[in-house]
Amino acid sequence: MTSKLHIAVSALALGVAAGAHAADVPDDVTLAENQAYTFWLLDGIPSLDPQINTTVEGSDVLRNLFEGLYNEDGQGALVPGVATEHTVSDDERTYTFILREDAVWSNGEPVTAADFVYAWRRLVDPATASEYAWYMELMQVENAAAVVAGEMAPEELGVRAVDDHTLEVTIENPLPYFPQMLVHASTFPVPQAVIEEHGDRWTRPENMVGNGAYTLTDRVIGERVVMEKSDTYWDAENTVLTELTGLIINDTNQALTRYLAGELDRVDIPPGQYPRLAEEYPDQAISVPENCSYTYIMNVGESGPEALKDPRVRKALSYGIDRDIIVDRILQGGQTSAYTWTHTSVAGFGAPEIDYAEWSQQERMERAAELLAEAGYGPDNPLELRLQYNTDEAHKRLAIAASQMLKPLGVNLILDNYEWKVHLSRMQNQEFDMARYAWCGDYNEASTFLNLFASYSGHNNGEFFNDAYDAAIEESKTAQDPLPLYQEAETILAEEMPIIPVYHYAQVFMLEEDMRGWPMENVQQTWYGKDMYRVAE
Amino acid sequence: MLTYILKRLAVAIPTLLLLIVVSFVLMHSAPGGPFTAERELPPEVLANLNAKYGLDAPLWRQVLNYVWGIVAHFDFGPSFVYKDRSVNEIIAQGFPITLTYGCLSFLVAVTVGVSLGIAAAIRQNSWLDYAAVGVSIGAQVLPNFVMAPILVLVFTLWLGWLPGGGWQGPEYWILPVVALSTSFMASIARITRSSMLEVLTQNHVRTARAKGLPERRVILGHALKPALLPVISYLGPAFVGMITGSVVVDIYFSTGGIGKAFVDSALNRDYAVMMGVTILMGALTILFNLVVDILYGWIDPKIRY
Repeated sequence: MTSKLHIAVSALALGVAAGAHAADVPDDVTLAENQAYTFWLLDGIPSLDPQINTTVEGSDVLRNLFEGLYNEDGQGALVPGVATEHTVSDDERTYTFILREDAVWSNGEPVTAADFVYAWRRLVDPATASEYAWYMELMQVENAAAVVAGEMAPEELGVRAVDDHTLEVTIENPLPYFPQMLVHASTFPVPQAVIEEHGDRWTRPENMVGNGAYTLTDRVIGERVVMEKSDTYWDAENTVLTELTGLIINDTNQALTRYLAGELDRVDIPPGQYPRLAEEYPDQAISVPENCSYTYIMNVGESGPEALKDPRVRKALSYGIDRDIIVDRILQGGQTSAYTWTHTSVAGFGAPEIDYAEWSQQERMERAAELLAEAGYGPDNPLELRLQYNTDEAHKRLAIAASQMLKPLGVNLILDNYEWKVHLSRMQNQEFDMARYAWCGDYNEASTFLNLFASYSGHNNGEFFNDAYDAAIEESKTAQDPLPLYQEAETILAEEMPIIPVYHYAQVFMLEEDMRGWPMENVQQTWYGKDMYRVAE
Repeated sequence: MLTYILKRLAVAIPTLLLLIVVSFVLMHSAPGGPFTAERELPPEVLANLNAKYGLDAPLWRQVLNYVWGIVAHFDFGPSFVYKDRSVNEIIAQGFPITLTYGCLSFLVAVTVGVSLGIAAAIRQNSWLDYAAVGVSIGAQVLPNFVMAPILVLVFTLWLGWLPGGGWQGPEYWILPVVALSTSFMASIARITRSSMLEVLTQNHVRTARAKGLPERRVILGHALKPALLPVISYLGPAFVGMITGSVVVDIYFSTGGIGKAFVDSALNRDYAVMMGVTILMGALTILFNLVVDILYGWIDPKIRY
């Protein structure tokens, strides 16, 4: 945990950080006439229900339609949302949030603590069948695990409304980054009466009631999502953008063309095109770190190939992959080579010394050949493994590059392409040797990455079971300074190498020159329409 | 004729049923399911979901329930992915869009294709013929996934005349229609040309000419009808292909049409949507094959039902 985060959290506890939020327009800026913002969505968002959504793009839309206890500012520090401040009990297990009195739903009803209680119980209730129910377990909310498992009633969850504007949450262990986790869309309040009236259909534009700065006005599957500024939002006065439109464009190159034709204000840059665009449009092409990591998971479990049970082989495979070529020659968008699973830009994280990170690629190749020879493989006894990835041009290019890089070591990678659902299902059934995977942090803290490879984790598809790793993760949850434990966990990952970290993401995108307020310095890229505005050119 | 139509419709029912059963079984045997997620759901939750959507019953029972829902209530079930929509609503949103650009493409393809074909046949080996053949071969070798980005590049980015995607009004229809109709147009032109050339050498045309009829009447009155026979057998499936949606057009132009919904449903294992669209496409195919056969009877007096 950084001092920065500490300050943010303790400042909130004292209720000090209540300064700037909403669009922070300097006095000398002339706003543009047109305050509509059109952004790109790769795909239709399956659900606009905060407790059902699982996608990053869905969260982007939900942050504008709903508001949780806290928001993030342009640097990723917490700023008040529905909650204005909170206090923490001496044992650091009870959080008491004070909710603002002027927060209302778009139907005029006040937002109360009961709305949060309802939403949080709904998230863990097995009847809701939320894929993110486990997030409440990660937050360590009391009894969350038991409720998710169906062993306790949702009413036993450690959250209660003391009165309309006081919310009390009890967590099982002190968790320093607990407030940071409240930015996640799955913790947003939802309107009980509306959900009970309309059931699953409450998220349709004509039914939806939200408490965010915008309301949903149109949603055509496969075409667009439209949100308009909400007059009932407590800070509507300081909200500048009047309309947010997400256009669904399935093809990244097509999206870029339409951006260049002026139909979009923001679009992701397809792999390999950043250098050209940065030269041609220096004021629009942007690359900033993004809190996601790309990896090849190896199946080290019972059903995995014999060779991968040997850490020497796993290390050799990892050493053999030249990350610099991947980031500098293939992706070319400011991504960085990864030797740790946790993104190095994560708040409060510092990478430990990882030996092979310091070596030259030639040294890595030499070491890899030695390790493989020790394990009994080499050009005379080639090792054959399958690498599977889900359908995507970029994944394919990386997989091809990886197979070429490993060839000199006598490793023959056979590439298997599957569509997403088959890819997932094969991973979950341990029907793979090596598989592409990536993870974007749910919050800006290393545990969101490292939790994934604990032996009890639902994401640990390679079945890496390591007691020392589990112990480090367990201990980090209550440690005052978890960093050394995170470093220990990363060191174990580098020693045991159950996964090959490949690269750390950058958000590489085009943004219209007159747009202001995009959170460039926030690795989570949590953007809020209410914080953005257009200046007159 | 009426008996023939009734007979054909009677055969259509078992055909559709067979289609439903086969698709249902194939779909369920694909790896992964609608609730396959990055993080496996706890077994209790999965059981809940399966019960809610009736996926816990044996397969034969699911098929029966499904068919019964359609027959009794015309209900194709809820979408497993878009939880706030039913399949009927998803089709109701996407199909009119697809139908619009499909019908327009069909009109364009038939009008331009047939005219080009006739013109080329009448003036065989003239510059008009070479131009028409050139255009149609050019259009044929440019598949719509190449055509679509080129159109957007030229008309959206360079000229700035037309929107590059979306579905908000008539100006949004033009590029999808051009992209979709071109290759059909080319095929129609080629088929029309060669069949016209063949008909023009036949005896009844020679007789018409010998009687001293003006060329216009020879072509339109005597040659066109028989020349269109092979075109019509091509048009039936082509029309269904166009109105049930082109995945390429839907993806490149973000129309929100049914073609994209179909592909997405397959990828998401959204069983209900996938079945709904399959049945729609199946029914339309059967219907238009029947229409084609009836048209045959009208055009060719030798065919009698």
